[in-house]
Amino acid sequence: MPTLTLVQAVNDGLKTAMRGDPSVLVFGEDVGPKGGVFLATEGLTAEFGEERCFDTPLSEDGIVGTAIGMAINGLKPVAEIQFQDFIFPAFDQIVSEAAKLRYRSGGQYTAPLVIRTPYGGGIRGGLYHSQSGEAYFAHTPGLKVVIPSTPHDAKGLLLASIQDPDPVLFMEPKALYRSVKGEVPAGDYRVELSTLRRVREGKDVTVFCYGAMVPVAEKAAAQAAERGIETTIVDLRTLLPLDEAGVLDAAKSTGRVVVLHEAPRFCGYGAEISALIAEQAIEYMEAPVRRVTGFDTPFPNTLEHHYLPDARRVLDAIEDVHGY
Amino acid sequence: MESSELLTVIEPDGGTRGIEPALSDERLVYCYRTMLAVRVFDDTCMKLQRSGRIGFSIPNKGIEATQVGAASAVEKTDWLFPSYRDFGMALYHGITPLEMMHNMFGNAQDSARGRQMPVHFSWVRPIHFYSISSPIGTNIPQAVGAARAFQRRGSDRVCLASFGDGGTSSLGFHSGMNFAGVWKAPVVFLCQNNGWAISCPADEQTASDGYAIKAVAYGMPGVVVDGNDLLAVHQAVLDAVQRARRGEGPTLIEARTFRMGGHSTADDPTRYVPKEELEAWAERDPVTRFEKFLERRGLWTPAKKEELWADLAAEINAAAKAAESTPKPGLETIFSDVYADIPAHLRRQGEAAFDLAKRRGEAAAGDGEFPL
Repeated sequence: MPTLTLVQAVNDGLKTAMRGDPSVLVFGEDVGPKGGVFLATEGLTAEFGEERCFDTPLSEDGIVGTAIGMAINGLKPVAEIQFQDFIFPAFDQIVSEAAKLRYRSGGQYTAPLVIRTPYGGGIRGGLYHSQSGEAYFAHTPGLKVVIPSTPHDAKGLLLASIQDPDPVLFMEPKALYRSVKGEVPAGDYRVELSTLRRVREGKDVTVFCYGAMVPVAEKAAAQAAERGIETTIVDLRTLLPLDEAGVLDAAKSTGRVVVLHEAPRFCGYGAEISALIAEQAIEYMEAPVRRVTGFDTPFPNTLEHHYLPDARRVLDAIEDVHGY
Repeated sequence: MESSELLTVIEPDGGTRGIEPALSDERLVYCYRTMLAVRVFDDTCMKLQRSGRIGFSIPNKGIEATQVGAASAVEKTDWLFPSYRDFGMALYHGITPLEMMHNMFGNAQDSARGRQMPVHFSWVRPIHFYSISSPIGTNIPQAVGAARAFQRRGSDRVCLASFGDGGTSSLGFHSGMNFAGVWKAPVVFLCQNNGWAISCPADEQTASDGYAIKAVAYGMPGVVVDGNDLLAVHQAVLDAVQRARRGEGPTLIEARTFRMGGHSTADDPTRYVPKEELEAWAERDPVTRFEKFLERRGLWTPAKKEELWADLAAEINAAAKAAESTPKPGLETIFSDVYADIPAHLRRQGEAAFDLAKRRGEAAAGDGEFPL
């Protein structure tokens, strides 16, 4: 089985989908001959031609708006938004159009499209190349929000997203693009959406996380183990629709929960996990749920290592809920 | 095609200066009948709204020639991406008044299952009449994407995107026009310049000399047409459709017309439209003008109009009654069609809603039966 980086796995997933289905198209800014600013689409134009992998004008609204038009008319568009920070001109097309189309047309029109976009900090990108905006989208009925954290899942979740009958926002943790490697099966396979992954099993504390925070949680869990605390790590993988049963099982198994994300805290995704546990598993809880998140500020540049949650902050929270 | 001169065929007296219409006599009468049906439908909806039987409607009076002239230039295999003021396009292509009334009443037979406000129609037959959105201009890039799909399949089908003068200021207008120009997409952009974007006149919308001229910047022809002249609109749209079918790319058509009613039933245009402006346009009423044309051609008489109006009123009133007495959608339609399959959290929320409705004695027959 080949060993690939996460961005290579995305590339392999796109090629696999395009080889298997001629209606799959890839487009966006600089995704053609250049292969994308992170090289996620490298080699696609060469293999599949300009009809199936092409550059578009610099307009996120246009990219997503035309993707919807293609999706309602029999194609399977996989559009790239170069950085998630640039997605907001397309917010209307994603939130009010793609996500609501099946509902508002009584199922007569549907928009099975995928929007891939790199998100998150850790590359010294400042305010506009670092945001982690999943909560804006996870609040949108009709949309699916998927975030992989390993090369295996990146390919398997992407292939499942492309085959999904509903619109999927596929957020790729750019900090992990080349920093993680793993075995990736050749050819077509799917990782089912709305299923979480138990990364590590431990009886004392459960950490919920996704995307670039998964390796941070793993590092913290290793340090906690040295101090005698056994940690369960849950990689949520799909934020919407969430594997709620899986979350509740994992929370109940330890009764002590930390939720970890790099996005700001207020109304962040961690609030939903915390509320879900409070509503449906409060009698199992031995400690209040602790959140470890980015600050409620814009994303800083020079001091990003202070903004981004690291193992030190996660370990502190694990110890806190463990000792409560 | 490339002209900033106003394209007109029918003179105020109904003459055409010898220009032969591109439509058969039978089609011409059908177009007239459709325009009149729009007017009767409008009239009926206004009464329904004023008597509290429906919540909302959109008046089309004054725009009928633009809607029907454009609709008559596309085939049923083409796709329409309409605005909310396009009743004539639906009726022309065989959507029945009853289907429209099901939407106006938001009942269980509504193609959108009562989820949208009235007027936000959606059909896939007998023509693709794309689901209408309230935000302006979002349909424009979507039409371009659908056109690109036709292009990729080697099909000669085209998309017609319709929007108002206000729509030209939207993000979607810019991105859609730009993408279409670059892709040479088989799409026709129909700007229905009806003078007012709710209460904002043209000079508050743009500093350019009209809207057709904007086409130049996107590398496509722009055409100005008399929007109250059905034959002129038909010809302009037909030329653009044929151009698109030949693979020569998109066209922007500005149809100059006038909204003789309010923006919606919730709007009072006498608060902002000068009386003289309305009176001047009333003299150019598109239905009257087409009537004169048909009369000169020997296809119509004033007596026939009364009869047709009465027939249409009877049909549309009957449709309203039937739609009004059709049951409302079941509670489960709140939760279905969000996704292809109902996820666990929606199922749980739905069950809680049904349970509450049952306990309060509010549940109707069929409520709580998920289509699974």
